[in-house]
Amino acid sequence: MMQFMLLFSRQGKLRLQKWYVPLSDKEKKKITRELVQTVLARKPKMCSFLEWRDLKVVYKRYASLYFCCAVENQDNELITLEIIHRYVELLDKYFGSVCELDIIFNFEKAYFILDEFLLGGEAQETSKKNVLKAIEQADLLQENVDFQTRLFAAPT
Amino acid sequence: MPAVSKGDGMRGLAVFISDIRNCKSKEAEIKRINKELANIRSKFKGDKALDGYSKKKYVCKLLFIFLLGHDIDFGHMEAVNLLSSNKYTEKQIGYLFISVLVNSNSELIRLINNAIKNDLSSRNPTFMCLALHCIANVGSREMAEAFASEIPRILVAGDTMDSVKQSAALCLLRLYKTSPDLVLMGEWTSRVVHLLNDQHMGVVTAAISLITCLSQKNPDEFKTCVSLAVSRLSRIVSSASTDLQDYTYYFVPAPWLSCKLLRLLQCYPPPEDGAVKGRLVECLETILNKAQEPPKSKKVQHSNAKNAILFEAISLIIHYDSEPNLLVRACNQLGQFLQHRETNLRYLALESMCTLASSEFSHEAVKTHIETVINALKTERDVSVRQRAADLLYAMCDRSNAKQIVAEMLSYLETADYSIREEMVLKVAILAEKYAVDYSWYVDTILNLIRIAGDYVSEEVWYRVIQIVINRDDVQGYAAKTVFEALQAPACHENMVKVGGYILGEFGNLIAGDPRSSPLVQFNLLHSKFHLCSVPTRALLLSAYIKFINLFPETKATIQEVLRCDSQIRNSDVELQQRAVEYLKLSSIASTDVLATVLEEMPPFPERESSILAKLKKKKGPGAISVTELEDSKREGGELNGGSDRGPDTAAMSASNASTPSPSADLLGIRSAAPINAAPAGAGSLLVDVFSEAGPAAPSTAVNDDGFLRFVCKNNGVLFENQLLQIGIKSEYRQNLGRMYLFYGNKTSVQFASFTTNVSCPGELQSHILSLISEVIASLSS
Repeated sequence: MMQFMLLFSRQGKLRLQKWYVPLSDKEKKKITRELVQTVLARKPKMCSFLEWRDLKVVYKRYASLYFCCAVENQDNELITLEIIHRYVELLDKYFGSVCELDIIFNFEKAYFILDEFLLGGEAQETSKKNVLKAIEQADLLQENVDFQTRLFAAPT
Repeated sequence: MPAVSKGDGMRGLAVFISDIRNCKSKEAEIKRINKELANIRSKFKGDKALDGYSKKKYVCKLLFIFLLGHDIDFGHMEAVNLLSSNKYTEKQIGYLFISVLVNSNSELIRLINNAIKNDLSSRNPTFMCLALHCIANVGSREMAEAFASEIPRILVAGDTMDSVKQSAALCLLRLYKTSPDLVLMGEWTSRVVHLLNDQHMGVVTAAISLITCLSQKNPDEFKTCVSLAVSRLSRIVSSASTDLQDYTYYFVPAPWLSCKLLRLLQCYPPPEDGAVKGRLVECLETILNKAQEPPKSKKVQHSNAKNAILFEAISLIIHYDSEPNLLVRACNQLGQFLQHRETNLRYLALESMCTLASSEFSHEAVKTHIETVINALKTERDVSVRQRAADLLYAMCDRSNAKQIVAEMLSYLETADYSIREEMVLKVAILAEKYAVDYSWYVDTILNLIRIAGDYVSEEVWYRVIQIVINRDDVQGYAAKTVFEALQAPACHENMVKVGGYILGEFGNLIAGDPRSSPLVQFNLLHSKFHLCSVPTRALLLSAYIKFINLFPETKATIQEVLRCDSQIRNSDVELQQRAVEYLKLSSIASTDVLATVLEEMPPFPERESSILAKLKKKKGPGAISVTELEDSKREGGELNGGSDRGPDTAAMSASNASTPSPSADLLGIRSAAPINAAPAGAGSLLVDVFSEAGPAAPSTAVNDDGFLRFVCKNNGVLFENQLLQIGIKSEYRQNLGRMYLFYGNKTSVQFASFTTNVSCPGELQSHILSLISEVIASLSS
């Protein structure tokens, strides 16, 4: 399973952190610091995998953002790379040509989309259509509720 | 950027985020944050009840501040309140907050669980999913207690929507991992397994992760999943790229599902049913065949997905370790990848081959790639890839290529990354010892190690080389000579001084004949390094000096002069001072005989488990040991027999040999006696009873009283000893069976003839113990 996913910029600013294992805040900060440093020190032509502590780290850079996942030793590295890619595709479809700013200003949406795709560190739904449908349905639900409350609100 | 209609974008939040981004310094940022925190605090405490939208906005701001890295100690109550809103986005933000800022306040937990319960029973799939996501994200014990019985029901219910089933499956997985005792699968097992046949691929994808985890803990209960998994995999692998519609990823059918199915199959041995096995083998062959076909797309996503399945299939083949044809094909495929353009594939191929190297079917096939791997070690620019290559060389090492591999690893070590040097040193030391046919090569290798990477040569390594030199007469002279030459280098590592000091102290006499390495020359060489060394090394050197006085009386005056000087006998370090003073006195008052006895040559070290291997395992962690090492350790572990103190007792155990273990005995203790199990302490007392009754009745002299009391808690030891005979005992016990070996050592210089033994089992113990006594040879040589 995936233990955590971190998204950070080239300057090391953390844009998203999803933890699938229980850790204290202090430990999370320490891990983040160390791992960000390690990944940023890698050169462009190096391979996308590295061994870190007792985990495997799979990372890929998309424009100004590094997507970094820590998986367990028996996990498949290449499919994790494609998990990252699929997540980027989902963000891209939702935001329409996603960029780092989208994730900064709509961070909560990034988490919601992630939750539809991965849960408990495992891939939940691998059909892009289905994930996006689920998110759109939720958005629609919100509009419906708003509509209903407006329509059926009792006059005070 | 999305239009605002995609859920209501909170303007206040966007403004706040912009403000933070525009802060020019860390102080400005903190100031802005504190201002906002004060604002939010006042709003939360205020008299006016906040409307849902505002609450949502402020909770979201707090979340943002937290994620920036600042501590938040309020807002939980408001977040929990949001959970009971019937507006989806408000609920969503509430759930997100409490998933990220997990709070252990019991009142809050109660409220949260209540909200979750309401959403789970709401029959609104979107709300249910939100609740399930929250449980999966937090996974606390309280949640497990509240919901562990409810979720399996949701998972298998006929009317549950597919998306809810997916979330339920992974939610249950999370709860199982954190609180396995609360998740009782019993009645749900068969229906959960049946999810593998679900027509919705997403449900299968989610369910299979759950099943895999459960299978690992309860393999028997879930073994029906194997045939279902095989047929599912077979259908996917043979499907055309249009069959699976949106589950096809860049022309690869259901790659995630395929990988997960292959992973599940690795929890079980090869299927026994012939038909199932046949289908699976066909599947694996198809996957291997597809790898040879030209790619359907140039995109890296296509090749990654395809190769992900390939590597997982190879893992399965390696796990089964029973189809030589498949193993060889896998090895060849990996061999191709070793020289692939893409670094990722080279890295993974090297990693995969490591496991392949330990299988007996493919070990030889792996060895054929040795030149490629050595080349990778020398030329790869990525240090992680070089490290994989080093690991593979270690795994593929055997007697035929040990010298070559050790030489390559040594030359790699000269330029290796500092973070991996210690591990490399341990590995080279292990290989050198394991495959040494000629021990002078071993000594050379270790001394080279110290020369190249002295700082990373841990104590275990140089202790080991000394143990081996002490135990092997044939290499002592060579070691002394080599060490002497090594010490002459202008800058030599302190570990070299330690090893050199010890060896010259013990065996300097073997090279003292040559005028170039005469006693005084040896002493001066060691003493020239003295002041550059740390305290423990100096302590060792002082011991070497007193040994010199014994070995070479002509050096006595010179050495005493050194010991006498203030920097030794008034040294601020207590250990050094004590040694200097005591050695000085010893050298002055002891007669030559006494001195010779005190400073007698070190006796051989007893065989014990290689501490180097133990250290390597500790470094690499439990998951990373190769299969051969695992097997070795099982055998070694069995030999240790519970107790750690085997020192003098080992000597008693070899029946007709003197105290030296036989030269052919494996020093790592891997291939020695069959494993013994440690006995419970209770059985030891039985032993005592037997002998105490036999004692006085025996015609020979009495057994030492304290001798056999020791056997209450020890299974081995010397039972009896006088000038003629030594009787040693070694025993092992397993449940109701026990075995005792009695060893008789002849201490005289003449042979015993007509030597007989009589073991009696007196009194009531005879009815309790069924004893089988085997013959002893009648003559016992001296």
